[in-house]
Amino acid sequence: MIPAADQVEMYRLMLLIRRLEERVAEMYSEQRIGGFTHLYIGQEAVAVGAITALNHDDPVIDTYRDHGHFLARGGDPRRFMAELFGKATGICRGKGGSMHLADVERYFYGGTGIVGGSIPIAVGLALACQYRGDDRIVVCFFGDGATNQGVWHEALNFAKLWSLPVIFICENNFYGIGTDVRLSSSLSEVHKKASGYGMPGFRVDGMDVLAVRQLCEEVVKTVRGGAGPVLIEAVCYRYQGHSMTDPGRYRARAEEELWRKRDPIPRLAKSLVGDAITTDERLHEIEREIEAATEDAVAFAESSPDPSPESLYEDVHSERHPGDPHA
Amino acid sequence: MREIRYFEALNEALAEEMRRDPDVFLMGEDIGLFGGTFRVTEHLLAEFGAKRVRDTPIAEAGIVGLAIGAAMGGLRPVPELMTMNFAIVAMDQIINHAAKLRYMFGGQLRLPITLRAAGGGGTQKGAQHSHSIESWFVNSPGIRVVIPSTPSDAKGLLKTSIRSDDVVLFIEHEMLYSTKGAVPDGEHLVPLGVADVKRRGSDVTIVAWSKMVHEALRAADALAVEGIEAEVLDPRTLDPFDWEALHESVARTRRCVVAEEGWRTVGVGAEIAARLQERFFYELDAPVQRVGAVDVPTPYAKGLEQAALPHADDIVRAVLKITT
Ligand SMILES: Cc1ncc(C[n+]2csc(CCOP(=O)(O)OP(=O)(O)O)c2C)c(N)n1
Ligand SMILES: [Mg+2]
Repeated sequence: MIPAADQVEMYRLMLLIRRLEERVAEMYSEQRIGGFTHLYIGQEAVAVGAITALNHDDPVIDTYRDHGHFLARGGDPRRFMAELFGKATGICRGKGGSMHLADVERYFYGGTGIVGGSIPIAVGLALACQYRGDDRIVVCFFGDGATNQGVWHEALNFAKLWSLPVIFICENNFYGIGTDVRLSSSLSEVHKKASGYGMPGFRVDGMDVLAVRQLCEEVVKTVRGGAGPVLIEAVCYRYQGHSMTDPGRYRARAEEELWRKRDPIPRLAKSLVGDAITTDERLHEIEREIEAATEDAVAFAESSPDPSPESLYEDVHSERHPGDPHA
Repeated sequence: MREIRYFEALNEALAEEMRRDPDVFLMGEDIGLFGGTFRVTEHLLAEFGAKRVRDTPIAEAGIVGLAIGAAMGGLRPVPELMTMNFAIVAMDQIINHAAKLRYMFGGQLRLPITLRAAGGGGTQKGAQHSHSIESWFVNSPGIRVVIPSTPSDAKGLLKTSIRSDDVVLFIEHEMLYSTKGAVPDGEHLVPLGVADVKRRGSDVTIVAWSKMVHEALRAADALAVEGIEAEVLDPRTLDPFDWEALHESVARTRRCVVAEEGWRTVGVGAEIAARLQERFFYELDAPVQRVGAVDVPTPYAKGLEQAALPHADDIVRAVLKITT
């Protein structure tokens, strides 16, 4: 049984991601946010269920669809919004944007814009944990599309070969941009791919935050205990387009409606109140707090300064040489 | 000073840095039991064990990706890609990840990675195994490019690269591994970004790196017979590049030839020539000349291969063109 306080916190995190991203969508249409922006709306239960099952210093690494994981890890909404606005106060000083959020202080090693690119890096993080003999474990998030990349294969082979402490979490939302997973993967039930590496593979309802949390708690225990890597397939659905510029013509409306009925946030709210874990009032209070935090994040981003011209030349290397570009 | 071979100098550098820092570890194909395809990692498995000298699957992108993650996790990986030809398989991890993550994340990370690989042709291995592609990496901000020509530079630069907190591509040369040279005893470090004058001269500056330094020195000997004193400047690291040393040399000689083993078109020499004319157009006595490989895939047949690759006589011809 997941402690009551944890369940309420999971509700808060999912709602925080949802509300912040709704604001992100607005800000994007007002052209306050540029570039590629991929919303996580609909999939919140995966990030929240999995990340809250970890210790604070377990490394987490991600894809470009990274808002949810960043926030679930405890990332600051202000610095999140400021990064999307391209401001100096952004978590990456305005150099990363939506796809490349990282918060190294929180052991969140960021998003990559390259499909599958972070999977071998996750295995390297796990190698560092094993090498130092600490009992930390790594969690790596990626999509169904990423499991067809070459580095996915290399990474899983390495992880199992060296028995590294890493949990691979595939968020199977059935599409890579507009391509159905059945048209891209020889084995569309992604968790079965684990058997090719002699690794355990599990499938979980990614629209049910409690189920994700439960499974992850168990898996975390075995991986931390030294049992080697595990693959989890969280079946889920993104409610918005692939990115902000996707008209979404490849999905049937009926299919979308079906998944909207399984929205993880009202679903948890229902059980929280129904099982008397908390009250309706408390949930409304949380809603109000999140609305305030969202407004605060936008105001912070708006009032923050642009990056300084000199910062263009900073952060390329830790040591600068005379021949390097400079102001 | 004692004389040792290039591969032995590299081996010493690795062993010394591994003794000095327990976070330094090696990974790569056939580096352990086999001792490294070019003997650079010989005996290291016996001294440091399988935890720190890790034989890997043949998975270059994975090797680089793991090195990035290990560096994020606080280690100091020294991955080997066997040869530059196979670095091509790992380009996404090298260019999109290793070279970009620190900047994209606003400087939150340090990535102390020294990626070793052998480059170069001249041993009749054909088009896929003869690459000199340092220009690709110099063209990509975020990664240092180190390319030593002598055992002494190889040792000193490798040690400095490993101690650096940045991503370094360390390019060795297949035909230099067995060459001998004087290497100082004891601690020997060579800083990044500091060129070395391999021969003093007053009439023309020949800029060359890696194996081409030796071709340039041979050319300089031949030119001396004609009464032309060539200066041979070895930048040793292409990123950072010691522009100051180049400017100082060319300001004296007023003539310059760039000699590289890579293809001429859009090579590193093109950049050097462009920068020199931007700065010295009116001081130069002649246009900057470029020597490089013929723009064809490197052929197998010995005669064809030699015709494709640049040599001392090509450098001599280029110098004569602007001095007589
Ligand atoms: C290597 C690479 N190829 C193509 C793309 C373009 N692209 C961006 S997201 C995406 C789909 C990825 O799908 P999936 O892994 O299922 O993740 P999801 O977007 O569904 O979260 C593609 C093809 C890319 N970013 N990187
Ligand atoms: Mg998908």
